[in-house]
Amino acid sequence: MVQVSRHDIVIVGGGGAGLRAAIAAAEANPKASIALVSKVYPMRSHTVSAEGGAAAVARDDDNFELHGFDTVKGSDFLGDQNVIEYFVEQAPKELALLENWGCPWSRNEDGTVSTRAFGGMTIKRTWFATDKVGFHMLHSLFQQSMRYENIVRYDEFFVTKLLTEDGACKGVAALEIRTGDYHAILGRAVILATGGAGKVFPFTTNGAIKTGDGMALAYREGVGLKDMEFVQYHPTGLPGTGILITEASRGEGGYLRNKDGDRFLVDYDYGVGKKAELGPRDMISRAIIQEFEAGRGIDDEHGLHAALDLTHLGEAHIMAKLPFVRELARTYVGVDPVHEHIPIRPVVHYMMGGVDTNIRAETDMPGLYAAGEVACGSINGANRLGSNSLTECLVFGNSAGVHSLDYASGADEGNEASLRGQAEEEAARVDSLRGSKRGDEKIADLRVEMNRVMEEGCGVYREQETMKIAEKEMHEIRKRASCLHLQDSSKVFNTELVAALELMNMVEVAETLAVSAAHRKESRGAHTCRDFPHRDDQTYLYHTLAYRTDDGPRLDRKEVALGHWEPQERKY
Amino acid sequence: MSDEKKTIKLEITRFDPDIDEVPKTEEYEVPTEPGWKVLDAVNYVKDNLDPSLSHRWSCRMAVCGSCGMMVNGEPKLTCKTSLDEYGDAIKVEPLANFPVVRDLVVEIDGFMDKFKSVKPWIIRAKERAEDMENLNERGTYSQSPDELSAFKQFSMCINCLLCYSACPVVANEPEFIGPAAIALGHRYNTDSRDEGAAERNDVFRGEGTVFSCSFANECSEVCPKNVDPASAVNQAKLGAVVDWAKGLILPRGGA
Repeated sequence: MVQVSRHDIVIVGGGGAGLRAAIAAAEANPKASIALVSKVYPMRSHTVSAEGGAAAVARDDDNFELHGFDTVKGSDFLGDQNVIEYFVEQAPKELALLENWGCPWSRNEDGTVSTRAFGGMTIKRTWFATDKVGFHMLHSLFQQSMRYENIVRYDEFFVTKLLTEDGACKGVAALEIRTGDYHAILGRAVILATGGAGKVFPFTTNGAIKTGDGMALAYREGVGLKDMEFVQYHPTGLPGTGILITEASRGEGGYLRNKDGDRFLVDYDYGVGKKAELGPRDMISRAIIQEFEAGRGIDDEHGLHAALDLTHLGEAHIMAKLPFVRELARTYVGVDPVHEHIPIRPVVHYMMGGVDTNIRAETDMPGLYAAGEVACGSINGANRLGSNSLTECLVFGNSAGVHSLDYASGADEGNEASLRGQAEEEAARVDSLRGSKRGDEKIADLRVEMNRVMEEGCGVYREQETMKIAEKEMHEIRKRASCLHLQDSSKVFNTELVAALELMNMVEVAETLAVSAAHRKESRGAHTCRDFPHRDDQTYLYHTLAYRTDDGPRLDRKEVALGHWEPQERKY
Repeated sequence: MSDEKKTIKLEITRFDPDIDEVPKTEEYEVPTEPGWKVLDAVNYVKDNLDPSLSHRWSCRMAVCGSCGMMVNGEPKLTCKTSLDEYGDAIKVEPLANFPVVRDLVVEIDGFMDKFKSVKPWIIRAKERAEDMENLNERGTYSQSPDELSAFKQFSMCINCLLCYSACPVVANEPEFIGPAAIALGHRYNTDSRDEGAAERNDVFRGEGTVFSCSFANECSEVCPKNVDPASAVNQAKLGAVVDWAKGLILPRGGA
């Protein structure tokens, strides 16, 4: 028996983008009913883990042209320039709004908001709240969202299917994790704000919940996933856990060193030039791997790594600007950065790719919107600049909230019986999975295999041969994911069932990633092929689109929106 | 950090309301790796020994607040708590003072209501559109570093709920607003941008009043983020009294 509820819009995901969308819609129309559906309580969302800051023009020596060009260049000219222009123009007022809502931004003596340096940004435009910016943003948004009685939360509800009618999105089917009951949560528009999919890789900064759910939901309904080959490796993750050590460490003056103690980004030519530690993430991650390959990595109980040196900053500066970095280093590698180097290595951090959206956060499916990391708008192109993504959640969360509400006001609500029927079918499918033996595959083992395949095939450096192997193996693993053996038949808080559904989402996403990567025979941004070391604008200056078929993704292409910033060689 | 690999005996409280009348304890042998936290051991059980174990976790970097559990009788954030702090036998139970949904998962509906009851948002006398004279050219309120530091500590709460598990008052008076929610309300009361202290002080004096707090200080001792909710509660009590006294002298809203 499926329980039906009806709202004007339904938002899937309660992190930065989802909450911002909810608030935008709630403010735009206080009479509209907004459902906020999340598989976790909103304050657990992965936005919470972001550390360094959020970018927006805030100083007299900065302007939209500079932020725009930095972003376009950072994207290796794959970002859509009209979308980037909109993004940089909207950014300052979004961060100011967050200030008005209580975000404890760090301040200058004169009472204005401070900004810090960040990789690939030519001006200090990264707003920060010490080094827990995602945490403060998320909590400020969540707390602010509680003011609006027309935001109806569905906490710990896991959405497993989009409900559609005549090709338009009309709601979602969701598993109530606590009870095992199924719900049809209907709305005339749906916004996906579920974040990224870092957990398809073994070594990632991402929390356990980042399983590509929204990408898989859209993909199954025929919506394209765009630019999935572009995976951001953050240069500085803690060995072992992959816990993020913020780029703000370098923004505040930290150095990267190899085993000889050299600041290798300065001493060797890695293309970052004068930027050194403030180069973009893709380039610095490559430089670290090259240091390893040249035998200049440090190999000890933390495994092979490089060193992040903050010791020259002094305790007072570290405590004022990077206290969380100190806490993390002490807790998770037993190192006090005031006195010792932090061991770091490149770690999967962010998906530039995602659900294909436009400047209005619309997908190709009428009534379906996407914002935040789940979406690909695309402002990030082949490589995102640090501190653009939190702002992206706000700018496009707002855009999705406003535009979806606008759309909903003119859209019909759909045939309830038909939508309920779809949800009942979905409930039956998921019910039959619970505690069932479809084969001998174990969730944890298959996840480990997927992780291995993705790391071997789609790492910082890639090769045709290994990407092709990943493509083939992911195809097999996706098939095997329908042969799981589940052992928990309880309806109450069945996390094995949720993990199975998450795995089925991840294998879909991982396959698009491998196939998209293998097809792009050039090096651009974070997609670096040893056998095709140069960018090839003649052939590949386009967005990759992946559409689902049972035999694997079908690829297509979409034009990049160029503008007044001409593609040029990317040097820093 | 120990670099020792050892096998530990992990006792976990299990409870499935569909099957069990009362919780039971299961024992698992867990081969551990150097540097592991308690959460790693629990995850090992889930992945390798018993996939039906239910618990919450996500960030494993002590900021999402999901993985609070009782470890050898004390509330702990399990992703931050090293196995090295314990011997070869560890007992993991659901957070105390909450109803158990299943295994290590507790129900936090009551907390979410208390959380909202303290009006955890900036309250201004005027709507934003009428408040423009107080915003600078960038659209932000002015706040000095000192004004920021007056409330910053109380804004660091990750809602992990260890303090509710530790609080002797919560144990006896479930309606008590409790440490994290009071700290949150106090965080806004002490924010220079906020003008809503009178409204929140009404809440603090109302049902589940802040005056129930018995100064046990347990909340601050277990807080993994050094928020010091006990200090917030004490300051909130003072604020609520002063506000009430002012109300006796001045007509409502006259302050």
